[in-house]
Amino acid sequence: MSTELFLIPFLTGLACAIVLPVLGCYLRLRDEWLAALAYSHVAAAGALLALLAGVPPVLGGLSTAALAGSGRRLFAQRLSGGASDALLLVGGWAIAVLLAANAPMAERLGHALFDGQLYFASSQELWPVASGGLVVLFALRALSSRLLLARVYPDLFRLRGLSAWPIQVGFDLMAAFTLALATMSLGVMGAFALVFIPPWLAFRRAANWRSGLRWALAIGVLAYVAAFALALGLDQPFGPVLALLLVLAGLLVA
Amino acid sequence: MSLLLRTEKLVVGWQQPATQPLDLSVAAGEIVGLTGPNGVGKSTLLAAFAGRAKVFSGRIEQSPGVRLALQRQDVPPVVGMPLSGRELLALTGAASDGLPTWLAGRLDIRLDRLSGGQRHYLTLWAVLQAPADLVLLDEPTNNLDVAGVAHLTEHLRDRAAAGAGILVVSHDTAFVDAVCDRVIGLRGSDVD
Repeated sequence: MSTELFLIPFLTGLACAIVLPVLGCYLRLRDEWLAALAYSHVAAAGALLALLAGVPPVLGGLSTAALAGSGRRLFAQRLSGGASDALLLVGGWAIAVLLAANAPMAERLGHALFDGQLYFASSQELWPVASGGLVVLFALRALSSRLLLARVYPDLFRLRGLSAWPIQVGFDLMAAFTLALATMSLGVMGAFALVFIPPWLAFRRAANWRSGLRWALAIGVLAYVAAFALALGLDQPFGPVLALLLVLAGLLVA
Repeated sequence: MSLLLRTEKLVVGWQQPATQPLDLSVAAGEIVGLTGPNGVGKSTLLAAFAGRAKVFSGRIEQSPGVRLALQRQDVPPVVGMPLSGRELLALTGAASDGLPTWLAGRLDIRLDRLSGGQRHYLTLWAVLQAPADLVLLDEPTNNLDVAGVAHLTEHLRDRAAAGAGILVVSHDTAFVDAVCDRVIGLRGSDVD
C-alpha cells in the first residue's frame, strides 16, 4: 500500500477507534447507547442539508448533532423508554434519505455518510478528529467519577450538591460532537460499531471499570487496524468490513 | 447533642400527600427508627429529605452544612457493569476498614459476581461509610442474613458513637429494637 496515500486516512480512523470505544463505555453505563446511533443519523441529515444550503457539510453535521445533543434531555424527560433517541434516529434517517433521493448533489454525499469515506479523509478531517478526540478523552477522565456516582447513587450525587450540567447536557453535547465527527469519516454504521461492540464485550469480560475501559480500547483499536488492512487488501469498503469483524469478535467472545 | 434534622407537621408525597403530619428530630450520635405498615410513606419521607419527593405542608429544617447520605431500598444498577467493590467504595469516599471478613476479601470482585446479600451489604456500606453527618437508611436489613444484620447493628452503633445521626426505616422490628435509641411509629394517612 502507498504509505503516503493512506497514512492520513489511517490516522483519522485510528483517532476514532481510540475515542469511540471509551465514549461507548460511558454511553453504556448510562444506558444511552441508542443515542449514539441517533446522533450519527442526525449529523448525516444535517450535513446533507448544509450541502444543499451551500454551507460546508461538516458544519451542518456538527450543528445539527449539537442541537440534538443539547435538546435530547428535554425530549427524554417527556418521552420515556428511550423514545427520544429512537425518534431522533428515525427522523434523522428519513430526512437524510429523502434529501439524498431528491437532490443529485446530496446523493453522493449521502452514500459516503452512510457507507463511510475513510479512504478519502484528508488533514481537514484528521485534525478535528484528533484534537476533538483528545479533548473528549481528557473530559471523560475528569468526569468519570461523577458519571459513575450519578448512575450508581443518584441521591448521593444530588445530596453532595454536585453540578449536574457537565454530566447531563455537557456529556450529551460531547457525545453528539464526537459521533458527528466520526460519522463524517467512518460512516454511520462504522462509527456505531465502534461505539457499541467493544464496550459491550468489555462489560461482559472486564474485572473492574478501569480494565473495562482498557478492554474496550484494545478491542476497538485491534479491530480497526485489522479491518483497515483487510479492506485495503481485498479492495472492499471499510465500514462494512469493520462492522463484520466486530460482529464476529462479538459472537466469538460472547 | 446538636440537632441535625427537624421536621414540623411535615406532610410529603409525590403527586399527592402521602403521610400524616410528622414531627421528628434526629440529633448527632442518635439512631432513630421509623416504622409503620406498607404505604404509610416511610420511604417517601426519606425521599423528601433527599429533595426528591414533594413537601406539601409543614417544614424540614437541617443544621447548616449538614452532609446527608441516603441508601435506597433498591440495589444500585450494577448488574452487567464492570464495577468492583473497591471502585464502588472509592466512588462514595467510604473506607473499607471495618468490613465483615466475609466481604473484606472480595473487594476486587465485580459487584454483579457477588451474591445478592454480599452485593447489598457492600452497596449499603458504601453509603453508610461515606463522609456524612446524617445517614438515612431505607430497609437496610433486606437480603441480609443473620451475620449481616449482626454486623450492621454493631457498625451502626459505632457510627453513631463517632457522632453521626442515623435515621432508619425498617420493617424488621427485632433490628429496630436492637439498634435504635428512639422509634417513631407512622400511621396510615387520612389525607385524601
